[in-house]
Amino acid sequence: MSNAAFVIIAIFTLAAALAAATLRKLMHAALSFAVALVGLAALFFLLGAEFVGLALVFIYIGAVAVLIVFTILLTRRDVGKDRGFNWAGVLIALAVFCGLTWSILKTQSLSIVAPHIRALTVKRIGEALMTGYVWPLQCVGLLLTAALIGALILVMEEKR
Amino acid sequence: MSKSIDQVFVNAKQWLLSWLAGSPDWLIQVASILINVFMLLAVFLTLFALISVLERKILARMQNRYGPNRVGPFGLFQPIADGIKMLIKEDIVPARADKIVHFLAPVLIAAVAILTLAVIPYGRNMTPFTIDGGILFFFAVGSATELAVFMAGWASNNKFSMLGAMRAIAQMFSYELPLIITVLPVVMVVGSLMPDRIVSAQAGYTFGLVPRWFVFTPWGGVAFILFFVSGLVESNRTPFDVPEGESEIVAGHMTEYSGFKYATFFMAEYIGMFAVSGLSATLFLGGWHAAVRVLEIVPSYVWFFLKLSGLLFVYIWIRGTLPRTRIDQMMNFAWKFMLPMAFTCVIAAAVWHYAGRGLRGWLWSLFVIVMVYSALSILLDTRRKFGPRVYRFAE
Repeated sequence: MSNAAFVIIAIFTLAAALAAATLRKLMHAALSFAVALVGLAALFFLLGAEFVGLALVFIYIGAVAVLIVFTILLTRRDVGKDRGFNWAGVLIALAVFCGLTWSILKTQSLSIVAPHIRALTVKRIGEALMTGYVWPLQCVGLLLTAALIGALILVMEEKR
Repeated sequence: MSKSIDQVFVNAKQWLLSWLAGSPDWLIQVASILINVFMLLAVFLTLFALISVLERKILARMQNRYGPNRVGPFGLFQPIADGIKMLIKEDIVPARADKIVHFLAPVLIAAVAILTLAVIPYGRNMTPFTIDGGILFFFAVGSATELAVFMAGWASNNKFSMLGAMRAIAQMFSYELPLIITVLPVVMVVGSLMPDRIVSAQAGYTFGLVPRWFVFTPWGGVAFILFFVSGLVESNRTPFDVPEGESEIVAGHMTEYSGFKYATFFMAEYIGMFAVSGLSATLFLGGWHAAVRVLEIVPSYVWFFLKLSGLLFVYIWIRGTLPRTRIDQMMNFAWKFMLPMAFTCVIAAAVWHYAGRGLRGWLWSLFVIVMVYSALSILLDTRRKFGPRVYRFAE
């Protein structure tokens, strides 16, 4: 059951990712990117990490995808134009793929049987964030606040 | 006796599933899911039909007219007539529109709206989809609405649509913050993101009289009002229907939709309204708990739907009384008032918790809220800020 689900979700995600890379219209590519993210979230659900899956949907579909779509809308004038095949992109994608494969194969955790851990509930994630990881969390919060204020200053109306 | 009436739907589902006894586990699971989905759709699509005619009736009453009264008794069959009309209308897709995205937008928006309904507990043991982070699920799935609205606006290739989508996204983003932050105090106090736990935390009565709903604590009351207003904005209802303001931009992102696709948008809007009202009933109004101990014999789902319809009536009432706000006023209101007040609710809830959750905590948290509220009202000085609009580019 779970294997079949994995295969279906993986094919779905890969198809969406491929569409995101190859579709002519930039807006279509951005939307298929969002679909690929839904597939990734489904994978997390399959692994029992509901919180991560939901956070992925929340942040990437609710915010990042809308941001990308808006960026395309507000910056590009020639959205429909064919830009030819991007060989540099292929090279970078290949390099990233090889690097990832190499590092996955190098890790030793592949051969070790995963230890049995308690179910990953939202409560445990919250406890971990508020005790062991409270400094990283606060630093990220500070960084995001700084980014928000910076964005506000950028768009602030100039007084004449 | 009252117990069996309370659990009648749960028992009916068990009875249906008992037919499948002996079949593999996954088949029973799928059947159980299908029953839940079917019930959810049946109940809420009926409610949608009912509320669409009731809204017209109530609005008509408020405006001293009759409202729909031709089709069936008291005009109750009006939604059927409307549905047939919508179905047989021509489906127009603009020639320059992006056909696929134009088609997918209403599908996505309806799917998202219906999905958010799944995590709300409608009665004792009656949550269609029980998940650890139910509240998070609600907002995560609900956030896809923005993408759907954008798709509708962009694919239509029409400036009214695009403007409407821009406005919709601006207001939805701004009000999503207070919407989510007002949920935080409840989650903090209960210590769980599960709607069922939140409901069961509100069981019982203080002095055997006042139910222990969160709306009766100072932070809960304020959070409830903030949540309700943000919910109004999220469902694009009247005082905040800027994205589809008919007098300004035709119908916003729905301008280029006709026939059944338009009806789908309409339905998604109403279902989103049900979902937000249902969630606010769950979070602040004690979910399916009875308001008075004597009336606990009334089944839990009846209580839930009573609360839901009460909230829906307030939605309609507001639509009948308030004019549309201006978009700049709305944005100011979100960032300068709603957001600080939402954060105050979080602090007030913490104060309430650490002062012992009793009368002392009640007074202290009220004190915090009153202080911040008066400070905000002095700082914002509404008379100066919301003065007549200065036109820089017109004139």
